[in-house]
Order: sequence, then C-alpha cells, then structure tokens
Amino acid sequence: MSEVTPEIVAAHSITPDEYQRIVSILGREPNLTELGIFSVMWSEHCSYKSSRVHLKKLPTRGRYVVQGPGENAGIVTLGHDAEGHEWVIAFKIESHNHPSFIEPFQGAATGVGGILRDIFTMGARPIAVMDALRFGPLDDPDAGARNRRILDGVVHGIAHYGNCFGVPTVGGETMFEPSYSGNPLVNVFALGIARRDKIFYGRACGVGNPVIYAGAKTGRDGIHGATMASGEFTEESKQKRPNVQVGDPFMEKLLLEACLEAMETGAVAGIQDMGAAGLTCSTCEMGSRAGTGIEIDLMHVPQRETGMTPYEIMLSESQERMLLVAHQGREQEVLDVFRKWGLDARIVGHVTGDGMMRVKNHGEVVAEIPARPLADEAPLYNRPYTKPLREAPMEAPAFASADLTADLFTLAAAQDLCDKRWIWEQYDFMVRTNTVLGPGADAAVLRIKETGTMIAMALDGNGRYCYLDPRQGARLLVAECARNLACVGAEPVGATNNLNFGNPERPGIMGQIVEAIEGIAEACTFFEAPITGGNVSLYNETLGEAVFPTPVIGLVGTMPLIEPPGIGFRASGRALYLIGGIGEAGETRMGGTQYAKQVLRTLWGLPPEIDFEAEKRVQAAVREMARSGAVESAHDVSDGGLGWCLAECAFPHEVGARVELDSSLRPELLLFHEGPSRVVVSTANPALVEEIAARHGAPALRIGETGAGELVVSNRGAELLRVSVRELKQRWSAALEQWLHAGQEIHA
Amino acid sequence: MKALVYVTLKKTVLDPQGATIARALQGMGHPEIASVRQGKFFEIEIEGMDAAQARPMLERIAEDVLSNPVIEEFRVELLQD
Repeated sequence: MSEVTPEIVAAHSITPDEYQRIVSILGREPNLTELGIFSVMWSEHCSYKSSRVHLKKLPTRGRYVVQGPGENAGIVTLGHDAEGHEWVIAFKIESHNHPSFIEPFQGAATGVGGILRDIFTMGARPIAVMDALRFGPLDDPDAGARNRRILDGVVHGIAHYGNCFGVPTVGGETMFEPSYSGNPLVNVFALGIARRDKIFYGRACGVGNPVIYAGAKTGRDGIHGATMASGEFTEESKQKRPNVQVGDPFMEKLLLEACLEAMETGAVAGIQDMGAAGLTCSTCEMGSRAGTGIEIDLMHVPQRETGMTPYEIMLSESQERMLLVAHQGREQEVLDVFRKWGLDARIVGHVTGDGMMRVKNHGEVVAEIPARPLADEAPLYNRPYTKPLREAPMEAPAFASADLTADLFTLAAAQDLCDKRWIWEQYDFMVRTNTVLGPGADAAVLRIKETGTMIAMALDGNGRYCYLDPRQGARLLVAECARNLACVGAEPVGATNNLNFGNPERPGIMGQIVEAIEGIAEACTFFEAPITGGNVSLYNETLGEAVFPTPVIGLVGTMPLIEPPGIGFRASGRALYLIGGIGEAGETRMGGTQYAKQVLRTLWGLPPEIDFEAEKRVQAAVREMARSGAVESAHDVSDGGLGWCLAECAFPHEVGARVELDSSLRPELLLFHEGPSRVVVSTANPALVEEIAARHGAPALRIGETGAGELVVSNRGAELLRVSVRELKQRWSAALEQWLHAGQEIHA
Repeated sequence: MKALVYVTLKKTVLDPQGATIARALQGMGHPEIASVRQGKFFEIEIEGMDAAQARPMLERIAEDVLSNPVIEEFRVELLQD
C-alpha cells in the first residue's frame, strides 16, 4: 500500500488538525484507502462541518413530524386511508450545483436520481419533484453563451431523468443573477408517500445479518465527487472533469420497483442508497445509526471495470446502487426480487457487533475504522463570522418612472419573470395523473388517492433579498412559501431547506449563513413548519466571487380534497380584493425588488418588512377562502409587486381588470413594491370574502373588478397603467426563447 | 479526402445504451456477449486541404462540436483518395 505523505493528505482536502484527529481515532496512521474514506466522510458535503453548529438552531419537531433530520429524508404524517392505515409523506431537497456546472445534463440528471433514491430508500414511492434553478444572465456579454448552454443542459437533464423514471416535475422556479454565472444552482425537491408501518430506515440492525449490494455495477464514476462538491472552482477544476457520473433513469426505475418489492417481503432490516461517497457513506452511516459495525469484502462487489483498487471501489459514486441489510436466513428472498427485476444483487458482507467498518479485499483487511467516529465525529467548525458580506449601498438612488406601462412590459420580458413554459413543457408534469395544479401555480397540488386528501408543495428562494439582509430575506421566503400554500388552501406540515452559499472560511460569508439559518429558524417556528431535513451546499464560488446567499425553502402542506383556486382570473365582472391591503413601502425597501433590478438595473437598501402576525391572519383568511370555494382565483403579491401580480392573474384566461386604488404612495412604489402579506383574489361572492377576512382580522381591500381584455390601474382618479392583456402576454410568452436564442445571429 | 471521426464514451463512464444492447443480445441467445459499448461515427468529406492542415482542424471540430469532452473521447482517421 502506498505511503501517505503530507502532500497526499493535502490533496484530499484534509487539514493537519483533521489528520491528527484521524490518527487518534485509529490509534495509528491511516493507509491511503482509509484516508480517502475519511476525506469523503469529513468533506463539507457529507459532514456539514461548517454549518452543523448553526443548523441545530432550526426547529425540527412538530405535531406532524414522524422523522426529523438525520435520515435519508424527513417524514411527516399525511392521513389515514379507508382501511385505517396511516400514510406519511417523505420529502427532501438536495443540491447538485457543482456537477451541473461541469456537465450540465448529467449533473442535473444525477441530481434528480440522487434525491429520488433518498425518498424510496425510506420505503416511499416518489410522486413529485420540483426544482429551484439559478443561472447567470442569458444575455451576459462574456458568459451569456455558457449560461445558455448550462440552462439548456440542466433542463434537458432534469427532463430526461424525471420523465424516464416516471415522476412528474410539478413546478419550480428559475432566476438569474451574474453571481450564478460561474456557479449555477440546481436544487431538486422530491416527495413521496408511504404507509407509516412500512417506513424503512438506513440502519444496519441485527448482528450477523447479511449485507446486500444491489443495483448498478461499480465503476470509476465520480471518484471524489463529494470532495469536489466541497471545493471552490478554479481553472484547475477542468482536470476534475472525469469525476462526473452518468445516470441511467431506467435502471433507477427498476431499482425503485425492486426495493419496494423487497421491502414488502419483510426480509429487509435496513436499507440506504449509495449517493455521495457511495459505499463508504452507506456502510459507515448504517452502522453508526444502529450502533453496530459492518464487514464487507470488495471481491463480491459487482464491478463494471477491471483492475479497480479498494480505494476506487469505496469512493466510487456510480449511480443507481443500494445497500440493504436482510434478516439472517431470508437473504435469498431479497436476492430473488432483485434478480427478477434484472438487477445485480450480491451478499457483500455482514453486520458485526464491534462497531467497526471493516473492508476486506479477497480476505485481506484494507480498511478498518470505527463507524461512529467516522460518520458522526467529523470535526465541527464554529467558524468566525462578521456582519454578512454586502457591497450594495443603503441609500436609494433618485428614481422616477416616465412610463409605468413600459415598465410593466420590461418586467414581462425579464428573465426572472417571463413565462417559463419553454422549461416546464419539457417536463412530464402529469404522469401518475394526480397533478391538480402544476407549473405556474403558486403551489403545486397533488391528489392523493390513498387518503382522499391533497398535498401541496411550494418552493422559494430570493438571493437578492438575502444578499441585502440574509435574516430578513430568509424570514420573507419562508413566509412566502407558507402564503403560497395558503393560496391553494393548504396548511404547512413540514419544511426542507437547501442552503447555497459561498466559502464559509470567509467571515462575511459565514455571517450570511448564520443570519440566514437564524431567519429560517424564526420563521419556521412561527409558521409551524419544522425542518425535517435538507442540504447545505457551500463553496459556491468561482475565482473568489461567491453566489448571492441563496437559501431555498421547500414547504409541504396538506388539505382536504377540494378544487383549489388557480392564479388566473376566470371570468369578467368578478369583484377583486387585495387581502392584506396595500402595505407599506419606502424607497429603501424598494432596492431588492424586481422593479429595481429590471427597470433601474441596480440593487440597494433592504428587503421588505414583514409583520408575522399580520401575515398569519392573511394566510388563515386566504386558506379558508380557497377551501370554501369563496374565491375563483388567488395569487400572492411577490416578485414584481401588485402591478405584476395583476398581470399574472390576467394571463391564464386573458381576463383583464379595472383597478382603482386610493393610496398616498407614489406610483412606482404603489405598483411595484414587494411588501409581503398580500394576496389578490377574485370572487363572485364578495360578501363571503369580506366575512371570512373580517373573522380572521385580515384587511380585505376591494380594489376593482375583472373584465374585458385590458388591465387598467388608477390611483385617486389618475390612470397609472392601461395595457392590453394579450399584448403583454405575448411579450411575456416569447421572452425566454428570445433570450435563449440571443446568441444565434452572431454565430450564423 | 475523407475523414472518419469515432466518438465514444470514456472508458470510465457508464454507457447505459451499450449495457442495454448487451442485455438484449444475451437475451436473444448470445450468452457469449460479455459487454457492448456504443458510440457515434462521422464521415466528413474535405476539399482543398491536405492532411497536415485537415487533422488539427478536425481535432478541434471533434473536441468543440462532435464530442462532449467531459465524458467522451474521439479518434480521427484520414483516408486519402
């Protein structure tokens, strides 16, 4: 075995202190295989060593929570079926940012594959996926062509994997900022359902039980992917390229069916997928959770290539693989199921009682490490932090709009706000035929036949808000997710978060992380949406430029079987209400808005203020309106403000509105401020809307009525906007493809 | 002059299509087929350029357009008329 030199240690991103810790855990120097194992398990990606201290601040308990963080996915309760069985929801969000930059198609595809395995390894059948995507501007003079190529590859990769596997991609969001040019973000939020008595855990229970490897063969894919995902990009990253793994969604579909069928036999004691850090992570984590050890011999591991070393086999990130622990004497039942589905399955070892992860190769021990310290005693860093990094001015520049209608057209064509149909029409969002509200809705809604109820999912992030004030930005986006759920009639039951930040070793970035986590904690506690799991992606930096701090929140809600209102006005002559009222806004709080970004092309000040109590009253009122059928449409005011919200309400059925406001705010603020706690609803039953709002103590401001094909907004008698819905919609629908094809004339 | 460009997945990269072909062949009564890897093949006609000029051009084209260098490799052959 080759000798471990300080250079080799450094090449594994292990610091001298960490190396000493390894030596003290082992009581000797590690060999190369052991060093590789420690380096992946103690990478930022697997160990959360920079964020764990702060992640503890998140609320993880609640009346619906069945399983909090620490397993492959979080679990919340859903309801009971006709036979009295309790059903649960398993869900989690995960990033595949770095691989998607290096190879957009495969990076995004395997990102989808990885999170789907996290769901079905719990015994849950995946039923929906959403994606939060961030790219550099498509028209950037330098990076535009690359940004367009990355977007194209990522979208195709998600479509390829999700469509082939047979899970609907029911929504998501796509935003653009220069800071994502070198670091696109690809966060995939997946959700599945299971019977509560059929949940499986990643625990290696029962000394003597056989350990079974199932699924695809092991190749040299993604060796050191996990450490790659935790290192900043430099020009040298190109040499790391062969690390990217290729996924096979059809194999994953077989693996899903085989795993669920194997679980049905009752012969499975524990199961975990092999994701980042592959065989290493699954063996030591399963052992650690159960307080046992695992001994495997690599000669039994199915291999795709010849001459693979123990180091390579242990660190391979080949996709579509699972590790199972079977009950002793029943292993053949498990093997038979996998054989039936045409998958490799072999007994590779057994559970031991000594707490060691022991790896042999043809009988010779090549690695021997105590499982618990390896899995759970990664160094924890309480990294120094300062005020969050920000360079934007606090003072607002002088601004005034000459033509508010023209501004609305600017927003319609903006990359952040334009129609994302080109993206979501590539996804199969109807497969399984349970999608009630899909892409374009405030929240996706799925019908659950088993329990006769519905699940709603909302996904939000806002890098601009969080750059200006990470704590306030995080609070706002949790509130927005909860509001999105309220708009379709759902109540939050649990949340998952994906924290995307730059290099935590920079105190200003660490400050962003700490503030954002605390903001999420405050808001999730208030809105009773405990975090049941998630993912942290750090070092999203290229050549020293960090991404905007981008926490992404996925909220899951439940609701009775109803016909949820969509965002669009359905008919003329309906009364329009702004639940929550006009809100307050000042110049400073305009700096993070889409108006500031798209019209003024600048960033300043602070994100909007929020009053949680008022927000909760608005949500309660809107939720009841949606559930009781009191409203025909409901859409929350968020990016782009009230003006843009009305436009989005008008698009689906090309029904306009005449809106008359009475406000002392200047027109730019009145139309485009992004103050939260506001929802536009249309109704044929104004008295009922007013009654519900009054009962919940939420302001219900009558602002006009729907009608004809024009959107007209005036304030105190002065007309601010007059626009043909069809013309505005055309601009909105055509914009994304125009941005995507922007470079073509140049090449032609 | 004619150029032949072969584009294949790198040895270390999974080839789901090749694996599927191999399984199909085994299922159709060819148990002796151990594995299959598939790829792409291009025939390119070139005019007014000699081999010394053509080869670097073709290698550039193969790298930039015909292959995905992240996961694929290529080989260029030139056939004189």
